[in-house]
Amino acid sequence: MSTLHTVNKSPFSHSTLASCLSICQPGDALLLIEDGVYGALASSPQAEQLRAVHAKGVRVYALEPDIEARGLVGRRLDEVELSDYAGFVRLSSELRCVQSWY
Amino acid sequence: MKNLLFVSRHAPYGTGIAREALDALLGASAYGQNLSLLFMDDGVFQLLNAQNPSKLNQKNLSANLPALPLYDVENIFVHSESLRARALHADDLVLEPKLFKVISSQEVAELMNQQDQLLSF
Amino acid sequence: MVSRPLVFSLAVYGAPFSAQASQTAYAFAKALIDVGHRLERVFFYQDGIHAANVLAVPPQDEENLTEAWHSLAREHQVELVVCIAAALRRGLLNGEEAQRYGKPASNLAPGFEIAGLGQLLEAAVTSDRLITFGA
Repeated sequence: MSTLHTVNKSPFSHSTLASCLSICQPGDALLLIEDGVYGALASSPQAEQLRAVHAKGVRVYALEPDIEARGLVGRRLDEVELSDYAGFVRLSSELRCVQSWY
Repeated sequence: MKNLLFVSRHAPYGTGIAREALDALLGASAYGQNLSLLFMDDGVFQLLNAQNPSKLNQKNLSANLPALPLYDVENIFVHSESLRARALHADDLVLEPKLFKVISSQEVAELMNQQDQLLSF
Repeated sequence: MVSRPLVFSLAVYGAPFSAQASQTAYAFAKALIDVGHRLERVFFYQDGIHAANVLAVPPQDEENLTEAWHSLAREHQVELVVCIAAALRRGLLNGEEAQRYGKPASNLAPGFEIAGLGQLLEAAVTSDRLITFGA
């Protein structure tokens, strides 16, 4: 039983991503959406924490249309994989529950 | 019967989210499900005693909280790290200590994983 | 197509043009239907209810989400439910409510219905997945 976490706020102005990362467990997945995709940057205040949960076994994704829209292609951390909306659907069906952090 | 966890993460009054979360929870009580409520992040400010929004012309959000068990909300959880980060203690809260359980981040994760659905507010 | 189709419901809390939530929810809705899952209900609550305002006139080069939701609902038998308490507070009324409160007009878009908060709970109970799109 694992959870998909979505985060839609920038870590440069909200603690939403930090809160989410403190709850994520191995087996969970994290999907950055909307302004949450700024959390995929290496300069994000939570970049180290994000790397750490990824190393623990949390899969981390960013929604590709949101990355492209914001000019972030090629700027994301290696730990962050891209997902399209179909990937978002796949993650939400694979995992039991979805917690939306906003 | 399904396990449904309401996650309330926003402070009262500045936005409508906290109130609309509570409305949704109170409305849910008629459906005979296993309802739980978790306060975390700024959501723990909803629990602060001595709230008085009368000069804002808003209803006191904390007034309904002690009645939650009457609405079949048996399990009320408060995230310990959220309390600690805001220097809040159990005796700062509007709920009697026996009405809620303070849980760690690890326990929040376990709680979420026990649910059928999460209602995120 | 997915081997095990699931029943999804969505909860949308952000207003079109103020927050991206409503657009993300719509893109997610289309994607889940495309891969073969079923979308049972979209519940609009908080500022999300503005998606059901038939009087909105976005510029022609911008997406009209109200009409987009309506077409999606018509093609795939999706219930578009607007929370009555959230709607009345924000001035979104169907004919019946406009008459009840003596208001000069109603503005609920075709394809949407106004109902109680219980519909959110019912969606959580009857669907395999409930996904929240917050603002």
